[in-house]
This record gives sequence, C-alpha cells and structure tokens, in this order.
Amino acid sequence: MEFFSHLISGISLGSVYAIIALGYTMVYGIAKMLNFAHGDVIMVGGYISLLAMTSLGLPTWAAILLAMVVCTILGVIIEGLAYKPLRSAPSLAVLITAIGVSYFLQNAALLVWGANPKAYTPIIKGSVPHLNISYTSLLTICVCIVIMIALTLFTNKSKMGKAMRACSEDKPAAQLMGINVNRTISLTFAIGSALAAIAGVLLCSFSPVLAPTTGSMPGIKAFTAAVFGGIGSIPGAFLGGIFIGIIESLAKAYISTQLANSVVFAVLIIVLLVRPAGLLGKYVPEKV
Amino acid sequence: MKKINIKKTTRSDFITYIGVIIAFVVINTMLNGGMLTRSFSGMLVPICCFIVMAVSLNFTVGILGELSLGHAGFVSIGGFSGVIASQSLATVIESEPVRLLVALVIGALCAAFAGLLVGIPVLRLRGDYLAIVTLAFGEIIKELIKCLYVGIDKKGVRFIFNATGKLTAENLKLDETGEVIINGALGATRTDTISTFTAGFILIMITLIIVLNLTRSRSGRAIMALRDNRIAAESVGINVTKYKLMAFVTSAALAGAAGALYGLNFSGLDSSTFDINMSIEILLMVVFGGLGSIRGSIIAAAIIKLLPEMLRFLESYRMLIYAVILIIVMIATNNPTAKNLIEKIIPKRKKKGAEIDE
Amino acid sequence: MNRFAKSRDKLVPVPSDALIPQRDIDKSPILEARHLGIEFGGLKAVDDFNLTIGRTEIAGLIGPNGAGKTTVFNLLTKVYQPTKGTILIDGIDTHGMNTVQVSKIGVARTFQNIRLFNNLTVEENVKLGMHNQIKYGMVSGILRTPNYWKQERIAHERAMELLSIFDMESLANHKAGSLPYGAQRRLEIVRALGTNPGLLLLDEPAAGMNPSETVELMENIIKIRDTFKIAIMLIEHDMNLVMGICEGICVLNFGKVIAKGSPEDIQSNPVVIEAYLGKKKEG
Repeated sequence: MEFFSHLISGISLGSVYAIIALGYTMVYGIAKMLNFAHGDVIMVGGYISLLAMTSLGLPTWAAILLAMVVCTILGVIIEGLAYKPLRSAPSLAVLITAIGVSYFLQNAALLVWGANPKAYTPIIKGSVPHLNISYTSLLTICVCIVIMIALTLFTNKSKMGKAMRACSEDKPAAQLMGINVNRTISLTFAIGSALAAIAGVLLCSFSPVLAPTTGSMPGIKAFTAAVFGGIGSIPGAFLGGIFIGIIESLAKAYISTQLANSVVFAVLIIVLLVRPAGLLGKYVPEKV
Repeated sequence: MKKINIKKTTRSDFITYIGVIIAFVVINTMLNGGMLTRSFSGMLVPICCFIVMAVSLNFTVGILGELSLGHAGFVSIGGFSGVIASQSLATVIESEPVRLLVALVIGALCAAFAGLLVGIPVLRLRGDYLAIVTLAFGEIIKELIKCLYVGIDKKGVRFIFNATGKLTAENLKLDETGEVIINGALGATRTDTISTFTAGFILIMITLIIVLNLTRSRSGRAIMALRDNRIAAESVGINVTKYKLMAFVTSAALAGAAGALYGLNFSGLDSSTFDINMSIEILLMVVFGGLGSIRGSIIAAAIIKLLPEMLRFLESYRMLIYAVILIIVMIATNNPTAKNLIEKIIPKRKKKGAEIDE
Repeated sequence: MNRFAKSRDKLVPVPSDALIPQRDIDKSPILEARHLGIEFGGLKAVDDFNLTIGRTEIAGLIGPNGAGKTTVFNLLTKVYQPTKGTILIDGIDTHGMNTVQVSKIGVARTFQNIRLFNNLTVEENVKLGMHNQIKYGMVSGILRTPNYWKQERIAHERAMELLSIFDMESLANHKAGSLPYGAQRRLEIVRALGTNPGLLLLDEPAAGMNPSETVELMENIIKIRDTFKIAIMLIEHDMNLVMGICEGICVLNFGKVIAKGSPEDIQSNPVVIEAYLGKKKEG
C-alpha cells in the first residue's frame, strides 16, 4: 500500500514534469533551441496565480486563467524580443540568451516579490479517505492527461498544428508552402507558456512554497524528462515526465532523500547511452 | 610564406603571454603597495581560478566543439580532492607552496580521472544530448559530495559515504587529535587557506602553455578537425574517440587544478557552490570571449567576475541589469541587422596578412 | 614514395575476368570488390557490385542520379558497413574495419558536398591529411620537444610540395572556408593525397567547375596518377572528363552494375544509352 501511494505521488509529480516538458519539447522541436527560461515562466505563473487569489481575491479558476494569460503574453514577448532576432544565429548564442532571460526573470521576481519564500495555498485541499493520496495528486494526473490528449489532437488534426509539425520538420519548405513560420513559432511559445502557467499552479500546490528560484530545478528536471523521452516528441515528453516523476518519488522513498536527484540523472545518462536520442526520439545519422 | 605563418600564430600567443605577465606584475605591485581595496584583492585568486576554468572549458566548447554544461563538476572534484590532499598532508609537507603544488596536481589528476570515466561513454552522444548529460553529471557530483565525510587522525585519513542521510561526522570515529576535513553537506569547513595570487598566475601560465601549444600541434589540429567536420576527419584517419577523450580529459584536468586552487583559497567550501549556475557562468565567459579564443576567455572571465562588483552602485538592480546586458550583447553580436548597424558606426579594421598577401 | 611499392603480389592474383590496364596486369589489384551489397530497410541501394581496379588505373563510376554511386564510395571507405560481399584493399580483407582503419591501409576520398576543415588554414588541412605520418605525441606537442620542431618542419615541407600540384602554395595561410569553390575542391584532393593513399576516390571532382577548369583538372588527375603511381576512381557526371581520362568505366543504375568496359565500349553500349536517355521508341 505504501508503495502504491509512492507510485501515485510519483505519477502526479511526473504529470507536472510532463506538462513542463511539453513546453520544452514543443519549443525545441520547432525552434531547435533549449529554452532555459521556461522554468522561470512557471515561477511567474505561480506568483501571478497566488497574487490573483490573495490580493485580488479572485476565485481559483479565474486566478489560473489570469496566470495563463499573463504567461502566454510573457512567453510571446520573450520570444519576440530575445529569440526572434537570433533566428539564424548559432545555437550556443541562443542558449546563452535564454540563460540571460532566465536570470532576468528570476531577478525581476526578486525585485517585485522579494526573496522570502511565500506560502502557497493548494488549489484543492484534503486527500482520498484511507489512502495517503491527496486530491491535488489526482487532479494533476487528470489535467496532464487532458492536456496530452488536447495537444495530440491539436498537432495532428488542426491546421495550425500541422503547420507546427511542418515547421519543425523543415522551415524553408514550410515557408515555401505559405506557412507563416514566425507566427507559428510565436504560437508554439504561447502554448508552451500557457502550459507553464498551469504547471506553476500545480507545482506550487504540491510543494506550497514559492520563491524566485522555484522554477529552476523543476525546469531542469522537466527538461531532463523531455530529453529522456526524446526531445521534440510530444508523447516522449509525456512518457519522460511520468518516468522521471516515478523514479524520483521511489528513489526518495527507498534509496535516499539526499540522492534522489542523482538517481534521476543517473537513469537519464544510462537511457541516453542505450538510446542516444531518448526513448521515443529518432536517431538520424548524418548523411555523407 | 612559412615565416609569416609561424610569426602570425606565435605573435598572437606571445601577446597573450605578455599581457598576462604585465597584468600580473602591475596588480602584484599594486597589491604590495596596498593600493587595492580589500574586496578587490580578495577576488584576485578566484579570478585566476575562473580564468583557468574558462580557458579549459573553451578547450571543450571552442576547440573540440562539444557543449558541456557540467564543467563545475570537474572543478568541484578538483576542489575537494585538493582540500583533502592539502589538509591530510599538512603535517607531512611543511612548505605551503609545495603542499599547494601537490594539492593542485592531485586535484587535476582526480578531475582527469572523472573526465575519463564520464567521457568514455558520454562522448558518443552529440550536441544537445551531450550537453544535458554533462549537466546531469555536474548535479550528481554535487549531491555525492554532500554525502561525503572525511576526517584525519593519527591513524590516517578516513572516508565515509552517507548514502542514507543518517550518518554524521561522529561516525568517522576520529580520536582526540582527529580533525574533520569534509563535513557532509556543510562541505569543507576548516581548510588552511594556502592559495596565493602568485600561484594563480603560475597556474594560468601553465594552462596557457598547455592549451596554446596543444592547439598548434598535431593532436590539437586533430581535435579542431573533429569540430569542423567529423566525417572528413575520420576519412583522413583521425581516431574520433581518442582525440575527443584527449580534449575532454585535458579540459577536466585543468578545471580540477583550478578547483583545487579555488578550494584552498577559502576556509569553507560548500559543494552547492559548484552547481549548474557556476557551469553556466563559466560558459558565459567562453561565449563572451569568443569560441576558441583563449585570450578572449581570459579577458571575459576577468570582466564577468568584476562586472557585478562594478555594477554595485546599481544596488538591487545589479543582477537585473547584468541579465539585460547579457541579452543585448548576444543579440548585438549575433543578429545580422544589429551587426551591420554596429559595423556602420564602428568601421571594422581591415584584417592584415591573410587576406592581403594574395 | 609509394607505400605499395613492395606488395603482396602473390596473395591476390588478378581475377581472370577483370578489366584492368595491361601495365597493371602482373601486379595484384589495389581494389577488389566482390558481390558487394547494402540494404537500407529492405531497399537494395547497392547490389552484387563487383569491381577490380589496377594499381595505376584511372577508373570511372557513372550512372544516373540516385544510382548508388556515392553509396559505393561510402561502402569502400566503411562509412557504411556492407551487408553483403567483401572488399579487398591491396589484398587485405577489410571486413569489420572502420573508416579510420581503411584510411590507414590506403584509401582516401573526397566528398560530393565539400567537407573541409573550414576554420583551419589550407596548410593545416593538408597536415591533417598527413596526420598518421606525423610522428609525435601529445606531450611532445605541449613541451615542443626537438622532435616536434623536426616533424612539423618535415610536415610543412611535404604539405607545400603537395599544394604545389595545384599551385596552391600561396594560399597556405588562408582559411579553407574562405577559398573559392574550385580551390576548395582541389584542396580536398590535396588533403586526401596527404594520407599517402594507394587508392584515391574522387566524388564529382569537376562539379561546379567551368570547362577550362575541368580540362586543367583532367591534366592534374593524370599528373597525380603518374607522380604518385596510385589508382584513382572517380564519380563524375561530366562525360568529357570521364571519357577523356578513365581507362575503365563502370555504369551503375538502381544499385546494379549494368555495364563495364573501356570508354569506347560504354559509349556504344545500348543498355547504357537506355539508362541515361530512356528507351528509344521505334518508328
């Protein structure tokens, strides 16, 4: 029974990672960049929802919606100001810029909201009777599944989704087919950032403290999850997130709290050695 | 033609060496004359360390062309093994400079060994995947060192590894003369600070000799060939694994030596210092200084370490401004429109030599 | 000069059906490919490829686009491991060898899409070709021992000598990536010669060259063969070049050899004409 509750909490933690990882993987798939600032957008989402609930007194659903709107706008602005000018730049330059954006968001949050961690009220309280499973966990898992299904439908069926896939495959060709590549990339950032807002709310409901650096470690782990599943692949991000969550939760319970992250990263390294492009990623050898 | 070629690269290396020597002489004179503020003189050794870290990372990223986000891991290994070596040899080797030298060598060797261990499996991966694995490696090292307890008493050095989180320094079972060198998550707490600015200068010079001479040699050429075109390099008979490992291990060893110098500069050393943010800071130095440019790394390392100090008047806005500068510099140097604009304002100097002697 | 001067003639006799120049007939062939084949997911990219090349022969490999010509080069240099058949280089079975090992036993190549070390100088590119002939290690390089200076001097002189084939000595200090297209193609050949090969594979050496450059290239290819006494195999679409300098020609189509022979035989071969021009409609 104890194992079961650890497993459930792992899956729900993994669901949060999966939602964050979706943002990473979609952006990587289309813009071929590691958006290091993604984790910090989560933090912003957390703060906005908290403020909306406490200072503005908005109901939970409105707070989440507000956080999503703000993060979406933030994501599009970041993309337009910092990343768009570097579309043809070497990937390392874009990576460093993303790190700059991450520093910026963290320090802006520090100035606006202060360094002291704030207490976050979980959006729903309580746990399933007789089982050590919180309602938050169950909600997280459900949200993740809904997002997963919605995104899969969107990328496979809708016109914009198809445009996104076309852009990630071959940008010049997509452009020639009349797809507005810049707008598609902006849309991807928008979706990724909206997801980050949801992830922010869920993450803070899990571990109810919020500080300017809250986003960075989950961000790195979600990124690990995206790589684990095969970066660029949407089901891969989902699978990778869940796996990383379960491994972390079980490692904490049965190996060592101190070494839980090490176990997660060690598993990542082993997986990449066996499958150099992640679980669901395709390994494309260089053509000679 | 031959004369010009040798002169050109040697001249460039020569400028780098002379620049470092002049900077050292000037700063050292000012230091002895008491002309430096305390906060500045306290930063001298760390700046030397970061210069070596940046140059060594440039060897991986700029010369070998593989992105590493775990350089701090090697620095950390070098730092803690250097501290252990120095503290446990305190009674054996009385002379501080000799002890420092031994500690640096041990730090470098331990980091090189780690580089070999990580490099063999990991260098098969490419691009971003390699980056993420080095990141993971750095985080693993950080956590592992947090679980380490090391102490010394009459009977020798003792290690325990606290995997479950239940052990403490007491479990080292040291006798009354015993001293704890590394105290778990607290890190090294009572280190003799034997690092000196002169030692930092010598380490920089040795690093420069290794890196610059290597890049001008057969092995260095092979490493750069892998960066430029792996398939072509294989087709002319260059062993990819061998040269990748050579570059990776050399880079790790130098980072380890820098770590040892860094660790022995502070009485306390916490493994959380060597996290992803430190790796990124070193990477920033490399990118700012220019990929593959050793002189650039030196200058950028010094500036990036000093910049937050220089921006101190901005108070709490300091790091925010720093982030903005970072983004603006990256866009200005990489965006085609911005580049043209800058070139219009500041006309580029004509390159001498290569382009003209057609 | 040539590492194959004393070779294992006894080991591999020239197959009786091989078409190689008379002057090479009493020496073992430099290349012998037997029943070579590779499949990519069920698709036979190259199938049952047989070819023998004499020690100083200039051979051509031609065929329509997508016929599998570059794949043959990739098999010979072990970029791909063949799924079928054997490759003998100078009588040595290359089974299980990788690109580096094949390079060491004397196969050098150029690439269809130029692959130079763009950020390195022309001289460094050639010295990289000579990598395995420069004998000093990492430590000598760092400490700059007398051996380092000696080896680098020899390497420099040899590099200049090789560059002089194409009159490129004056470009030695230029970045390879900054050279004009034609010079880049020539530099690739020089770099390949640096490996001291017995068999040089040229993948579309004349691509993008104008007619006068092509004529010059033809002369140079013959000059290389005569100076270094090596075999050259080339893939080329320029029929003037192929018919002008190749002694033996092999025609590929859909991964299969459809004709082999001298330039005259090939030019009059109806199967070849059909492969290139499509079937002629009668009446």
